[in-house]
Amino acid sequence: MAVVEQMNVVKTNAMKIRAKLVGDIAEIKLIIMHPMETGRKKDDAGELIPPHFIQLMTISLNDKTVIEAQWGTGIAKNPYFTCQVKAQLNDRVTLSWLDNLGETGSSDTLVIAS
Amino acid sequence: MQRRIFLQSLLGLMITFPLQAFAKLIGMAWNKNAFVATKILDAIQRLNIINEVVSTDINLVAPDRAENGAIVQVEVTSHIANTEIITLLVEHNPTPLIAEFMFSNGALPFIVTRIKMAETSTVKVVVKANGRYFTTSKNVEVLSNGCG
Repeated sequence: MAVVEQMNVVKTNAMKIRAKLVGDIAEIKLIIMHPMETGRKKDDAGELIPPHFIQLMTISLNDKTVIEAQWGTGIAKNPYFTCQVKAQLNDRVTLSWLDNLGETGSSDTLVIAS
Repeated sequence: MQRRIFLQSLLGLMITFPLQAFAKLIGMAWNKNAFVATKILDAIQRLNIINEVVSTDINLVAPDRAENGAIVQVEVTSHIANTEIITLLVEHNPTPLIAEFMFSNGALPFIVTRIKMAETSTVKVVVKANGRYFTTSKNVEVLSNGCG
């Protein structure tokens, strides 16, 4: 419940996702605009910038989970990710993520022909 | 009162966020213990990885030299049947565990991601398949620090 209360929803334009079919495999490429702060970096005033990073990322195909990822602070800023899934044209691909501050985002797309 | 706040939050979420995707995220637990480990062996132990065997059936693509440690692209393909999990670690990072990827429902054991590297280090991949662990690694020379 605590998680629900502190949740802020990030606009879906903060990420891009695309899925192209080659044969029976969809290649899914995505990028999420996110600072991925480690908590070890200092700002111009010499103050530590608090950690702010995505911890959980999932990709679903027609509401079935295909990828579940756990991320630490070692994933680069504005995370980029590619994966491959058995799929058909017009299958729905959904990306969702949750960060250490309880912020979350979600975006979806349809599998298109390459 | 608490219940009312909870219901209001829930209502807000239902309007702005696909509830199903959200429920899946809440069901997952972030493995904090492993991610905060500062030594690679501690991270591996906390992930319950044991007896990992070096395997040539894992293909790890990473640069020999990275100009900028802030963005190092890494690609992993597992040719091991029934691969369930791919784990990425960087030995000399302040926290060596980078990420874990779990595959199901027709996802191929293949990923491309971009990672941070604090200094020249071994990048280690561990694959879990049929309850057993397999590994491969590659040294990446880092010319400028990517952690902070």
